[in-house]
Amino acid sequence: MKNVMLATAAVAAMGLMAGDALAQARDQIRVVGSSTVFPFSSLAAEQFGRIGEFPAPVVESTGTGGGMRLFCGGVGVDYPDITGASRAMKASEWENCQANGVDDVTEIQLGFDGITLAVSLDGQPMDVTRAQLFQALAAEVEVDGEIVANPHERWSDIDADLPDVEITVLGPPPTSGTRDAWIELVMEEGCDTFPAIADLAESDEDRHAEVCQRMREDGHFVEAGENDNLIVQRLVSEPDNYGIFGYSFLAENADSIQPAAIDGVEPSEETIADFSYPVSRPIFVYAKNAHRSAIPGLEEFIAELTDDRAFGPDGYMTDIGLIAMPEERRAEVREAAESGATFSPSE
Amino acid sequence: MTDSLQITGAGTSLHTTPAAQRRLRRRYAAERRFKALGLFAVLFGLAMLAFLLTTIVSQGYRAFIQTHVSLEVYLDPEVIDPRGTADPRDLARADYQSLAENALYGLFPAVEASAERRALRGMLSQGAGLELRRRIQNDPELVGTTLELQLLVSGSVDQLNKGVFDLESGRRLPVSDEQIGWFRELEAQDRISAPFNWGLFTRADSREPELAGLAGALQGSLYLMIVTFVLSFPLGIGAAIYLEEFAPKNRLTDLIEVNINNLAAVPSIVFGLLGLAVFIQVFGLPRSAPLVGGMVLALMTLPTIIIATRASLKAVPPSIREAALGIGASRIQTIFHHVLPLAMPGILTGAIIGLAQALGETAPLLMVGMNAFVTSVGDSMTSPATALPTQVYMWADSPQRGFVERTSAAIMVLLGFLIVMNALAVFLRRRFERRW
Repeated sequence: MKNVMLATAAVAAMGLMAGDALAQARDQIRVVGSSTVFPFSSLAAEQFGRIGEFPAPVVESTGTGGGMRLFCGGVGVDYPDITGASRAMKASEWENCQANGVDDVTEIQLGFDGITLAVSLDGQPMDVTRAQLFQALAAEVEVDGEIVANPHERWSDIDADLPDVEITVLGPPPTSGTRDAWIELVMEEGCDTFPAIADLAESDEDRHAEVCQRMREDGHFVEAGENDNLIVQRLVSEPDNYGIFGYSFLAENADSIQPAAIDGVEPSEETIADFSYPVSRPIFVYAKNAHRSAIPGLEEFIAELTDDRAFGPDGYMTDIGLIAMPEERRAEVREAAESGATFSPSE
Repeated sequence: MTDSLQITGAGTSLHTTPAAQRRLRRRYAAERRFKALGLFAVLFGLAMLAFLLTTIVSQGYRAFIQTHVSLEVYLDPEVIDPRGTADPRDLARADYQSLAENALYGLFPAVEASAERRALRGMLSQGAGLELRRRIQNDPELVGTTLELQLLVSGSVDQLNKGVFDLESGRRLPVSDEQIGWFRELEAQDRISAPFNWGLFTRADSREPELAGLAGALQGSLYLMIVTFVLSFPLGIGAAIYLEEFAPKNRLTDLIEVNINNLAAVPSIVFGLLGLAVFIQVFGLPRSAPLVGGMVLALMTLPTIIIATRASLKAVPPSIREAALGIGASRIQTIFHHVLPLAMPGILTGAIIGLAQALGETAPLLMVGMNAFVTSVGDSMTSPATALPTQVYMWADSPQRGFVERTSAAIMVLLGFLIVMNALAVFLRRRFERRW
């Protein structure tokens, strides 16, 4: 009998709590989005909460694509206010946003993030070109004018100057924004240096994209998951392995791993900021303008994100690995963020 | 008599012939081999457990102490309360960090260049200013006095003090050589201390490892367990009693039984997806809320509780039921007065083991957003929170070095909880179990 009463009470209590939740307006800002942006947005959220005027925003790492889906789901307290992205919003995502009534979105660039190829300090330093990286990591490469399955087993098979060790590169899975950026900035740039592949661009565009974008699957490129710390640990224990991850992990682990130079340039804050290091990408957050008046503190949080003490050269985001933009560009971004300029995809 | 002797003699000889002795030896050898294999399996299991615990504890123990520096901080009224109004809003907003920084500059008067000062103040944690603010807000009378305080140092200096960095290697470290020099000087002045890290249990999450604590995750896990228990325990027992005692045995109940057994083996992520689709998208419940997480975990725990309850009910001897029915008790009286109390220890054990499983579950919580970064301890079942396993998941993915030890420490806390829950299950079984 007691159990029956307990059960009834429990169900009633649940009902009450659920009802309460539905009625409740939201008093904290919700941020979703890319795992690359997460360290920066969550740090800004924490700093913002410390001022004490508004509660700290709740930040969730959902990946760029997942964040866009949630963000573009609609307008209202059930949908996030801001999403982080390690690439610009795609036209398809923008259309999805429009279809759900999210038609006024502001793009805010926080800065840049470099993607690094690194190896343990016990391993061999390397200076590779993007063409060589393409030859090492693509599923199909050009050999003597023919496009064949990638025959390269060791780095020295590609160029005698490269280390004589087996090619093993740990990298992010296809769901990752880092992987997208790596393909765009390294693989696609590298593949067009080969005449037979470059010719495909005119004759057979789909085939060209396939050759340029497919990573090899014969064990030389290893999908090591989204956790960059695990890649760092594996690099330390396997000095012959190379790994691909964001610059902030390199900066934090500089006592155990070293970067490879790409096209002759080593990644550093300076080389990423002035674009001489080729593999850097902008990172963004997108804010929903319809929420600005409805969610308390959203306006102020956007101002916090674009304050120089956050994303300036001496800002706290910069301290943990964000690469700051030049002064004029920061002023432009701040201006656009404050006025709530409406974003529309350029392509 | 002679015959019987012969028979006895023949019987003895049957067991003492060389062939029989060989057979006996072989049988004994087989037994020894089997025992050795069993022992090996147990030892192997123990060795693996010891290895796992050693790795976790050898990294995690460091997070239970936290490096502090002792500074004499002048609580400058000019900085804290420039208008002299003691308005709580002014007190909340003042730049307390600069007070702690000034105290540190005072110890190193030779450091003047701005880049050097930046490195020097980088040794202090943001927590120093927060601590000062807390003190002033508790007791505004302190403004204008000088206090000797134990303040937090930054995550990388903390790692330096704990000996994580190999200083001999000559490699680039997260702390600069100057900072190491200053740190040695502070150490020589006996200002560095490393007391027990209560902050690990009283603070919520932070991006700065020295400020990150488990309070939010502990509370989230507690709420999850409450919701899971309140939902799955009565529902599970009710379903089990009906199926075991009342339901007719036919195709339909057989089908239900097979399905319950199957559900117990369904991967937990599936329940997470279900929770996302039903509770969040259809019912519109908030993301990241322990209420939703608990509902998902309750779905996951239900089959375990139903199966355990049915097994316990079955184990109650029919004589109890027959005796109760025989003196005129109704079926419901028989069950609630006699069968259920006797089955309770087994039911509780099953429920606690089910809850312990739910406590360690990560995947379904990720689906309903319980891996959010929340810097405050939530105030209700619907405010965003994390749970212990998702906190482990988040910390494991953080770039700062200080999170490595904190990840292991969080695992140790989670294991501690699981041990307590399992010990409770064992205790209840020992204390109340009846043997028939």
